[in-house]
Amino acid sequence: MTDERTNDLWLRDLEGQPSPQALTDLRERLLRGLRYALKQRYHITESDIEDFVQDALVKILDNLDTFRGESRFLTWAHKIAIRVAFSELRRKRWENVSLQDLVPETLGSDSADASPLAWLPSDQVSPEQDVTQQNLRALLAQLIQEELTDLQRQALIAVAIKGMPLEEVARRMDTNRNALYKLLHDARKRLKQQLEAHGVTVEEFMGTFSAEK
Amino acid sequence: MKAKSKKLTNLLLTILQTYAREIGCDTCFEHLDRYVEMTLAGKDASAVMPLVYRHLQTCPACREEYEALLKVLKRS
Repeated sequence: MTDERTNDLWLRDLEGQPSPQALTDLRERLLRGLRYALKQRYHITESDIEDFVQDALVKILDNLDTFRGESRFLTWAHKIAIRVAFSELRRKRWENVSLQDLVPETLGSDSADASPLAWLPSDQVSPEQDVTQQNLRALLAQLIQEELTDLQRQALIAVAIKGMPLEEVARRMDTNRNALYKLLHDARKRLKQQLEAHGVTVEEFMGTFSAEK
Repeated sequence: MKAKSKKLTNLLLTILQTYAREIGCDTCFEHLDRYVEMTLAGKDASAVMPLVYRHLQTCPACREEYEALLKVLKRS
């Protein structure tokens, strides 16, 4: 195993016709890295990890020209392998869940179940906490309902409330993770503006909720 | 704090802490290797790359990948 390759040496050995030894070394390093990163996830097999590394190696070789040398080459390579592995794990975990299952398109209809309030989490809280928390919850539900576009509302509920990963929501919306992040950023900016217009600021909010911890 | 009200609290905090300028997942990914190496070197990566730091606070998927990369590099 070659631990001491410089960035230049890695690039020299992998560009064009890659050196078999460099490929073997890189593969071994990525396997070790992913085994460690994923070791708490009991459902993942060695075969899964080998598949992730194989896909990562293809990506790494295809994108060598984008390596800018701002980190060690192996850090950059591990970053790509982790992205490949986690994306695939998210895809598998959510493959049988549709966006419509999580977020009905009929939000805001006359049905009580379709109210956005139904999609905001709520617990039984003490009477003192109840008024403020329920008021904030109702205000946020109203703003989500009235201020966001249908796409923004659907994405926000799926990601922030239902916990579906960005890339999985993006796949179902026929877009990509980066574009979806921007859509959600616009949604958060709009909601923040409206919350502040109603007198809700970070400082006031932290004060209200600190008693719950 | 109970789990559900914590979720509501986190959602409200995420909204209230939204900045006018934020980077997306692609830009965060471009800088992630350098950000992690700075963190491991004991430097204040959040001060040098505040936009990456903010993105990692807001994006669970990128944060998950950041934590995994940090874990792998700490071991190697």
